[in-house]
Amino acid sequence: MGVRNIARHSLWICWKDLLEFSRSKLRLIMLVLMPLFMMVMVGFIFPSGGSTISDQPIALANMDAGYNNNFLGNTFVAQLNVINNNTGMMDLSTAKDFGSIKSEIQNSKVAGGIIIPENFSSNILTGEQGYVTIVIDQSNPQMSVMIQTVLSKTIEAMGEQMAIHSLNSTYNVSIIQATSMVKPYNVQIRSVPEGNTNYFQFVAPGIIAMVVMISYEKDMGTLDGMLVAPINRLSIILGKVMAQTIRGMLQGFIILLLAVILFGVVVQGNILLVVALIVLTVFSFVGLGILITSFTDKEETATMVMMTLMFPMMFLSGVFFPLQQMPSYMQTFAHFLPLTYATTALRKVMVLGADIPAVATEITILVGFGVILLMIAVPMFKRAMSR
Amino acid sequence: MTVASNETIDNGVAIEISHLKKMFDDFVAVNDVSFSVKKGEIFGLLGPNGAGKSTLIRMLCTLSRPTEGFATVAGYDVLKQDDKVREHVGLVSEKMIMYDQLTARENLKLFGKLYNLPKDVLNKRIDELLSFVRMEKWADYKIATFSTGMKQRINVIRALVNQPEILFLDEPTLGLDPQSTAEIRELIRRINAENGTTIILTTHIMVEADILCKRIGIIDHGKVVAIDTPANLKKLVSGTEASAFEIEISNLEPGIVSSLQSLSSVKSLVQEDPTRLTVRANGNDSFDSIVDNLRKNGAKILMVKNLEPSLEDVFLHLTGREAREKVSENGNPKRRFGPHGRRRNARVR
Repeated sequence: MGVRNIARHSLWICWKDLLEFSRSKLRLIMLVLMPLFMMVMVGFIFPSGGSTISDQPIALANMDAGYNNNFLGNTFVAQLNVINNNTGMMDLSTAKDFGSIKSEIQNSKVAGGIIIPENFSSNILTGEQGYVTIVIDQSNPQMSVMIQTVLSKTIEAMGEQMAIHSLNSTYNVSIIQATSMVKPYNVQIRSVPEGNTNYFQFVAPGIIAMVVMISYEKDMGTLDGMLVAPINRLSIILGKVMAQTIRGMLQGFIILLLAVILFGVVVQGNILLVVALIVLTVFSFVGLGILITSFTDKEETATMVMMTLMFPMMFLSGVFFPLQQMPSYMQTFAHFLPLTYATTALRKVMVLGADIPAVATEITILVGFGVILLMIAVPMFKRAMSR
Repeated sequence: MTVASNETIDNGVAIEISHLKKMFDDFVAVNDVSFSVKKGEIFGLLGPNGAGKSTLIRMLCTLSRPTEGFATVAGYDVLKQDDKVREHVGLVSEKMIMYDQLTARENLKLFGKLYNLPKDVLNKRIDELLSFVRMEKWADYKIATFSTGMKQRINVIRALVNQPEILFLDEPTLGLDPQSTAEIRELIRRINAENGTTIILTTHIMVEADILCKRIGIIDHGKVVAIDTPANLKKLVSGTEASAFEIEISNLEPGIVSSLQSLSSVKSLVQEDPTRLTVRANGNDSFDSIVDNLRKNGAKILMVKNLEPSLEDVFLHLTGREAREKVSENGNPKRRFGPHGRRRNARVR
């Protein structure tokens, strides 16, 4: 047999696989469309930076009973209206009380509500804090968190303004002094890398890693012809792995190109390192594909198993959300998934401009994962083939 | 094309099988099978789906390891010299071994390259093979554009790129229309006649085995229950039973029937319809006495047909069961028996 034969046979098998792939128009189109859809989808669904909520229907119940004919609730509403006219965040409507807001939320008429209680004026004018209640819709947790945050901030800011004005008018403190008294800390933001970043920048590395991972060879159905030829079993595996790697690289490149051209993603790090990481990602998943084909009987079963494994990986490996957003036990779990490391490494290089030492850990883990998987998969495959 | 290689001692035996057994977990797919196949023979393995035919073939092709027993193919041990065996066999398996998106020529080229054929030899052989099945015109079209019959022709010559001494065909006409079926059967005959290739063929179609094979092994539940020429196999049945005739008489009257029934040689008589009778009779002169009797009674004989026993009858005789393949022959090839058939077929893919 010899090494030369193995090499030659595997090259022919690789040639066959790539030829087959290049002939299938639909697969080629999907190769471009799939990542494009992904980018568009996640890029626009998940908002990039700050709050972008607008025209949210919010019910407002002003129940303030007043104090000595002073109706501070009305002032509050007027202020809120002024702010809202500038930001266009809310679509304010009037409600009677908590009960009516609740039923409006239940009927999906409003996304949340604000209640100014009866004792609002009396509390403030007697030297106590005035309470404002925000009602949120728990059936839409993400939106309710956003509304909650935005409303709280707005109302806090209104309170600060009021305090500053009281200080200014009551104690004759200048507005600047009053501001520094009420709000001694102010926050400024500087980012690495400099400049505006967007969600695409965050999500592109993950999508590259993910799509590359999916590009495995399902078609092992007609292996009999190769198995009955006097070739080493290793040639088949090698040939398939080569074809898969080349294909994965191509796919990775296309997404990278799309990300740069269409979505303004900037590659901060070394482009060669990005390419190397893409190849490494393909390598670390090759064994998984072989393993699955070894113990599944049909192409469809293999696809199903692959999908079942893929889906949690997609969501748990920090492709779409930062890992840090997940509960700690989930983070622990994520550290057992190779996609996590592929995503992290690619993100570090593409977004942060990291060099090799900075991603050495990830590289080591990916190589290790690939080697271990292959060490399990190759004997399994060989065994499965001579059943 | 000429027959390849004569490296091994020519004892006239292509395949020697000895106590071969294959188990899938608890299921015995092939059970203690022993027989041999002569060089240049067309040997048929006949049996219902799931009888173990494919498993047997796969073991002989080195695609499946026997659990017990041994076999030599082209003089080489299937277990110890699997690579040698592979050099000398070709396989047309139940599922076509081809890549739809590749052209006929590219498919043949790939497999030729796996046998290390030099470029010029391979190109010449591809052209020869394509013209052998009159597919030259379609050489550079994708397999996906072919009809099933065309695909199967390419599939068969694909197994011939290495000029195998022994060609295995697993249900080669399964799912083909009648015309393609006839074409493939003709092709199999030509491969055998023109190249002297030994052919092992599995089929569940009795007629196919009958018209193609020099010898037939009847296999059921993993066991070979009989091996002989089709003619000898049929004698197994006719030796024990009366000969049967189908007779068509235009003026079939009750008197004619009762007179015929009274003949001592007639064992049974069934009137199929107003003009036809099926008569079973004993003895060598039964045919004469029946015809004499009919003439005497003024019967106008339109047709007399000697009903030869078919392999169908042989199968029934040997296994005590109907050959269950009628459904399959009528275009339902998916029928399987027991869990093993499905499982094995699924596994090996």
